[in-house]
Amino acid sequence: MRLLYFAWLRSQIGIAEEEVTPPDDVRDVASLLAWMRGRGPAYAAALADDRVVKVAVNQEFARAGDPVSPNDEIALFPPVTGG
Amino acid sequence: MTVRVQAEDFDMGAELSALLAGRHDIGGLVSFLGTVRDLAGDSPVSAMTLEHYPGMTEKMLARIEAEAAERWPVAASVIIHRYGRLEPGDRIVLVAVASSHRQAAFEACQFLVDWLKTRAPFWKLEETPDGGQWVEARASDDDAADRWSREPSPA
Repeated sequence: MRLLYFAWLRSQIGIAEEEVTPPDDVRDVASLLAWMRGRGPAYAAALADDRVVKVAVNQEFARAGDPVSPNDEIALFPPVTGG
Repeated sequence: MTVRVQAEDFDMGAELSALLAGRHDIGGLVSFLGTVRDLAGDSPVSAMTLEHYPGMTEKMLARIEAEAAERWPVAASVIIHRYGRLEPGDRIVLVAVASSHRQAAFEACQFLVDWLKTRAPFWKLEETPDGGQWVEARASDDDAADRWSREPSPA
């Protein structure tokens, strides 16, 4: 699974992307975020507030219950501020 | 129907002329140009850096543009959004919509601007005297987009 981080999530976590292999019980966005918070203090801090963490699965906005699988590209980022 | 995501500046006059070139079915063209301000609240801003999600950005902008064309009789449209480091006064984004009548052009242009502010994956980092500050999303931007919504917001 390829994870991408943008904006302050990238600077807080300290990397722009990484390849991860979550345990089998990580099947949706909510369980992925829960698992990631346990990966270290930088992850826990950056992902602490669900309301400001947006998730895209394969470049589509996703909700907490949407499925994730090993070959997905998953991006985590704060609410967008373009325009 | 054109979407461009680029670091380079653009010539607004040339873009609008290109949109109208050879067309005799267009009765009105409405454009929005977003530029960099030198003030964020009370803090002076010396520059800003726009980050985006290559791939998803183009996809979302194309989808938003297609939705506008589905909802209004759009004869031609263009969205150009820049990324990278920009200084006050620099152009950030151009949205232009041409239609046979003005009402559709006004509404579709406003729809595109409101929706791209809440759906296109761009983030602004402002350079202020206190250092780099990520711009926070505004609830008013969500409200502006929501009034065009036909279904619950997807994100």
